[in-house]
Amino acid sequence: MFLSYLKIAWKVLLRRKFFTFISLFGISFTLMMLLVMYAMVDYSVGPQMPELRTDRLLFITRMQLFYRDGGQSNSGLGYAFLDKYARTLRTPEKVSLSEHNFSTVAAYVGNQTLKLDLKRTDDVFWQVLNFDFVAGRPFNAQEERDAAHVVVVNESTARRYFGTSENVLGRVMELDAVRYRVVGVVSDVPLSRIQSYAEVWVPLSTTPANLRDPDYLGGYMAILLAPSAAEVDNVKAEFQQVVNRIPLPDPKQFKELRTRAHTLFASLIAHANGSSSADGASGLVVRVALALTLLFMLLPALNLINVNVSRTLERASEIGVRKAFGATTSALMRQFLIENIFLTLLGGLLGLGLAAGMLAFINSIHLIPYAQFALNGRVFGVALGLALVFGILSGVYPAYKMSKLQAAQVLKGEVAL
Amino acid sequence: MTNLFAPVAVDSASPRVATAAPAPGRAVLQLTGIEKVYQTRTIETVALNHVNLTINQGEFVSIMGPSGCGKSTLLSIMGLLDEPTGGTLELDGRPVQSYSDKELARLRNHKIGFVFQSYHLINDLSVLDNVELPLLYRSGVSGKERRQRAYAALEKVGLGARTNHFPSQLSGGQRQRVAIARALAGQPELILADEPTGNLDSVMGEEIMDLLLTLNRQEGTTIVMVTHDEQQALKTQRLIRFFDGSQVS
Repeated sequence: MFLSYLKIAWKVLLRRKFFTFISLFGISFTLMMLLVMYAMVDYSVGPQMPELRTDRLLFITRMQLFYRDGGQSNSGLGYAFLDKYARTLRTPEKVSLSEHNFSTVAAYVGNQTLKLDLKRTDDVFWQVLNFDFVAGRPFNAQEERDAAHVVVVNESTARRYFGTSENVLGRVMELDAVRYRVVGVVSDVPLSRIQSYAEVWVPLSTTPANLRDPDYLGGYMAILLAPSAAEVDNVKAEFQQVVNRIPLPDPKQFKELRTRAHTLFASLIAHANGSSSADGASGLVVRVALALTLLFMLLPALNLINVNVSRTLERASEIGVRKAFGATTSALMRQFLIENIFLTLLGGLLGLGLAAGMLAFINSIHLIPYAQFALNGRVFGVALGLALVFGILSGVYPAYKMSKLQAAQVLKGEVAL
Repeated sequence: MTNLFAPVAVDSASPRVATAAPAPGRAVLQLTGIEKVYQTRTIETVALNHVNLTINQGEFVSIMGPSGCGKSTLLSIMGLLDEPTGGTLELDGRPVQSYSDKELARLRNHKIGFVFQSYHLINDLSVLDNVELPLLYRSGVSGKERRQRAYAALEKVGLGARTNHFPSQLSGGQRQRVAIARALAGQPELILADEPTGNLDSVMGEEIMDLLLTLNRQEGTTIVMVTHDEQQALKTQRLIRFFDGSQVS
């Protein structure tokens, strides 16, 4: 029976090619837009290199200090603060400290100046994250302790600086007039991975800044790796307990201190809205995104409903015959829903193709440095899900209308919708 | 739920509404005081006025009358596609008024086959797929069995070689044969044919009429046919005439 429904669905599609084109265009264009957006979000916060273990990673990136007179200070955290309160946590498997933002350094290649994004990290940084090393290794604990002038460089920068990304280990890069020895080359990390992105990474201990500065606010962040996904909430809770006990830097000046360990997604929301308490905000963002997605799909869905209802007239005879030979209202509803879902799945497939093309275009214009947006299993799953929702959204009402046609009337040629 | 398809014990002594001719078998359909009134805000149209009729197993009954006299409405009511506004309809001795949409659909599927004047074949489906249609809605029939039964029905109407054709590739007579095969595929007790030769020329009309007569005589299929053609009506066992919604003979 299912095969019969599909046969009919296919023939109906071919019957009025212009209507079919309008319907498929609406569906595939809508799905393309949504898929491109989802692919970009997934590329930024999904489990991809180097934050491969997003289900176990937590980020402490911001602190808010509320003044008694109503204002607030909001920035990254001080190194000494994180060293004292984050590095000493018992529940995480590993804790890494690094600079919160990359800084720009100059390198010279002949007469050309290269502006490179540099991030200082500790050695654990390379253990909590999963960089793709194409050559060499990360810097180790000894090098971090010794403030060794070693550097991990991304492939593109190696090519720009050395003219090649091969056999560059042991060679020297001069960054802001400081010489660093290359110990590793990694695949490019896109700028959208803001917690790990850089073009060159050097040991945190090489910083000229005073790491013993007791100021709670500063330019650093911590990345926590929970022992398992199930332990993430325990890690969050432990950090919160610690934070609750931390004395305010100046109780006369400040009334409250806020900082949290966030998932990657929540940390990006916190980064975007400049807040440290983004747990609720990330939930709100997801809900708003879902509502907007539905709203975005509503217009083409309404168009499809319209097309489907008008097509009811040309299928009245078929509906009458099916009823006469034993089709129940629910069987007919099922048939028309399956047909509509077939159409929207086809639209979803086209949408995936269009999305792949659009992502390739975005990659080609280098909208986001080093980003190579692509479709993956999750995007495919979302496409399937969206097409199904779309199919049901636009199919239920026409299917109901069709199935309710009176067989005796339509077989006599008297159709009343 | 009531077993709609359990064998029905027929009480031959039970009083029946008078019919035009003696019945050869048990009553398949029994219509008692059937009325159909279409009501709008201003007009009340009586399509059927107190119709009493019994269709017995194995009968070939034709119904004649001028256009608009209620023949097709009667056929729709007999086929459980329309509800009367008054009276009772019994199928195999059971009143059907209280049945749900689902139960009526099941009864139509198992007991009744339809042949329409304008064939009502699904143009997007092949001949074989069209004939399979009633079996699609019957549980427990495998795809293979569906194919076999549809093919056998097509053989019966002489179209075994046209299974993969589409309706648009067939003549009017052939399309009506396909429609008859579709009605036969579910092996119903009763075939309701609404002017089955109405769209055909006289030669093809004769062919279709011969086919229906053969089915009735050889297979014992009960047939009720609405027609405008007196010659064809006279070939059937019983002729019922209608005028203005009432049975006149």
